[in-house]
Amino acid sequence: MNGLRKLVDKVKPTFEKGGKLGFLHSTFDAFETFLFVPNTVTTKGAHIRDCVDLKRVMIMVVISLVPAMLFGIWNTGYQHSLAYGLDWGFWPIVGYGLVKVIPLYLVSYIVGLAIEFTSAQLRGHEVNEGYLVSGMLIPLIVPVDVPLWMLAIAVAFAVIFGKECFGGTGMNIWNPALLTRAFLFFSYPSKMSGDTVWVGGLGAGENAWCGGPVADAFSGATPLANPTMAGLADHGYSLLNMFLGTVPGSVGETSVIAILLGAIILLGTGVASWKIMLSSVIGGLAVGYLGYACGATDLPGYYQLVMGGFLFGTVFMATDPVTSAQTECGKWIYGFLVGALAVTVRIWNPGYAEGMMLAILLMNTFAPLIDHCVISCSISRRAKKVKVAK
Amino acid sequence: MSNNIYLKKGLNIPIEGKAALNTRKVIAPDIIAVKPSDFRGLVPKLLVKEGEKVLAGTPVMADKMAQDILFASPVSGEVVEVVRGEKRKLLEIRIKADSTQEYVDFGVRKPSELNADGVRKALLESGLWPALVQRPYGVIANPQIKPKAIFVSAFSTAPLAADIEFALRDEFADIQAAINALNKLTDGGIHVSFDARTYSGTPFHKLENIIPHTFSGPHPAGNVGVQIHHISPIRKGETVWTVSMVMLAAIGKLFRTGKYDVRRKIAITGPRAVEPAYVSCVPGMAMKEFAWFYSEPEKLRFISGDALSGTSVGKDGFLGFYDNQVTILKEGNDYEMFGWAKPFRTSQFSSSRTYFSWLTPKKVYDMDTNLHGGPRAFVVSDVYGKVLPMNLFPVYLVKACLAGDIEKMEKYGIYEVLPEDFALCEYVCPSKINIQSIIEDGISLMLKEMA
Repeated sequence: MNGLRKLVDKVKPTFEKGGKLGFLHSTFDAFETFLFVPNTVTTKGAHIRDCVDLKRVMIMVVISLVPAMLFGIWNTGYQHSLAYGLDWGFWPIVGYGLVKVIPLYLVSYIVGLAIEFTSAQLRGHEVNEGYLVSGMLIPLIVPVDVPLWMLAIAVAFAVIFGKECFGGTGMNIWNPALLTRAFLFFSYPSKMSGDTVWVGGLGAGENAWCGGPVADAFSGATPLANPTMAGLADHGYSLLNMFLGTVPGSVGETSVIAILLGAIILLGTGVASWKIMLSSVIGGLAVGYLGYACGATDLPGYYQLVMGGFLFGTVFMATDPVTSAQTECGKWIYGFLVGALAVTVRIWNPGYAEGMMLAILLMNTFAPLIDHCVISCSISRRAKKVKVAK
Repeated sequence: MSNNIYLKKGLNIPIEGKAALNTRKVIAPDIIAVKPSDFRGLVPKLLVKEGEKVLAGTPVMADKMAQDILFASPVSGEVVEVVRGEKRKLLEIRIKADSTQEYVDFGVRKPSELNADGVRKALLESGLWPALVQRPYGVIANPQIKPKAIFVSAFSTAPLAADIEFALRDEFADIQAAINALNKLTDGGIHVSFDARTYSGTPFHKLENIIPHTFSGPHPAGNVGVQIHHISPIRKGETVWTVSMVMLAAIGKLFRTGKYDVRRKIAITGPRAVEPAYVSCVPGMAMKEFAWFYSEPEKLRFISGDALSGTSVGKDGFLGFYDNQVTILKEGNDYEMFGWAKPFRTSQFSSSRTYFSWLTPKKVYDMDTNLHGGPRAFVVSDVYGKVLPMNLFPVYLVKACLAGDIEKMEKYGIYEVLPEDFALCEYVCPSKINIQSIIEDGISLMLKEMA
């Protein structure tokens, strides 16, 4: 341990101002602080500080995403095997999943972190940990077959224009991971929708991997493509399937169980707001049942929770502390509207099968307005109370 | 009491080094210092020269803006050094104490026989006026105005704070005399807030001519600013005064004995204090005077006040005018390998559930001054409100201060707060933002713009 510290101390001057590689200062600092909590002491204000820092907070989010990621890897292989009637065992399934998903992660992290490091360097800031989460999220919310170059462009767009232009993590208006998805969705719609993009290998037509034809019964459509009882039954999607997550969809969004595991971690550690999660579920159920009651859909409200990316968005994306509402009361309103809008789009807008992404991005936009109203109300209410008390 | 105010939000910091309830030593002062920096926004005017003899109670400096506000020497002796900083800024007046203490005789007076002017004059001429602190902004009270009310917190919840009941148990009569006197200065009465848990046990609940309140809850329930917020919030244009129990005792002594006697029991605390306990001394005492409480001073931080909002004075520093506590911490200037990545990190405390110190609620920790991370932008939004039991939006107020937007600062409650109320917000902040100094800058800006 001391050896490592000595090594770091030895190379440190090279990266400091005036050193040979001084221009890489932020990069070096990022790696150093990854290994060691820095030796800086408090100079102003409270002399003692809590030992929690953003690295710890962010790593908790990353850990909470691991179940969804692992299941996504398995499901990628499983859907492929199903599509081609291959009857693969566990390891071939996982192997296929890894081959498909790892490149997504490589692209996401390499492109995103390269931009983060560069911009930290240019500004002379420390590298912020925020992208560790965004980079983890992005591969989980795209179709597995998305071309890597498209993903790279989308990530670059989201990080540069969605985040760095605003001043980096903590300053952004929209969730960078969702912005990546939105960029793909509007720029390359053919790779983001339809029945063939959600299962690995299907988009390429004939399967190049194993050479077999697509199994007869297999359509590749997600449950959301046919959101009726009959439509779901036609494709063999039962509630249990959707709960377990053994259906086509974006890599990480399908399994309710894996997402709930993540939610338990997020709520247990207090990293994400339970108010947003709960109110989003309430909003989704409310509109879901409203649609059910007035005949716009024959699916009971709770189906909306298990289909598509609703739960994934609710647990991991809507709760992003930077882009969601910041006031406690605002969180209830924000969450409710996210859930309600997402299901509204699903039920009443025939153009978009899934509404979660747009609902969250829209509410990200309005979150500051919600906070503004909540604060104004609270201040004027208090002013009145003080007057009455007088 | 029926009207107990129950505060849920806040955090008691489990730091080790609580002072045992005994007085280990009565420190005879050697060289003490009077420091203008103890008073917010003060522009001092020097009244003594090096070599001059002073008594305890002789004025040594005055407020340049209101020259009837005097600051007195706490000891009798000789002015040995006037320490100045950049641009000849007055930093310290150092006084070497004589072996026997002589006091200026201000005359014994019965508060009940004085009118407001009499009380005001007695406090101003004796140098005890600065004991009265005005809200908003926490500056020395303006003698020209009549405050809405006067507030006193009879307990402290700050980390390792001195036990007021122990430190002042012999001074009940002084405190009562001071309350009788101060009652003349306001029509709103003197609000004294007690700790609900010890209310019936403390001798101070027998104080008369006060409006008692009780508070329960974790730190900062003992902060007078938090109490004012719940008793009678300060609106724009209003002024209230606050005074601590320790200063009340000194004011009482002035009326009962005619002396400027600010000697007090202070708690020497902190993880690096050896056998922490109380000592009896005067404000301005040098940190060197209690050397038997520590070893290796180069590696330590000496704080006049508590670990959250005290002032770091250094090993050659002096105790502040208002303070009755010294906290000794280790400077945390070492690297911790894989700190944030360790699953448990049981030697450190965190209020966050991302660590597991909530599983060991009774444990106390050897805390040091390490920042435990790098500074970042605001990211997590809900941690601040959880430790601020005030109906405010802390992050918005901090951002308004950063932007220097006076209108917004007013709206978000700058009149009601002092940096100390935000100390816990700063403590828990995962982005390591210096919130107290941002609020301090905001208050300075208000003072400048509103003057």
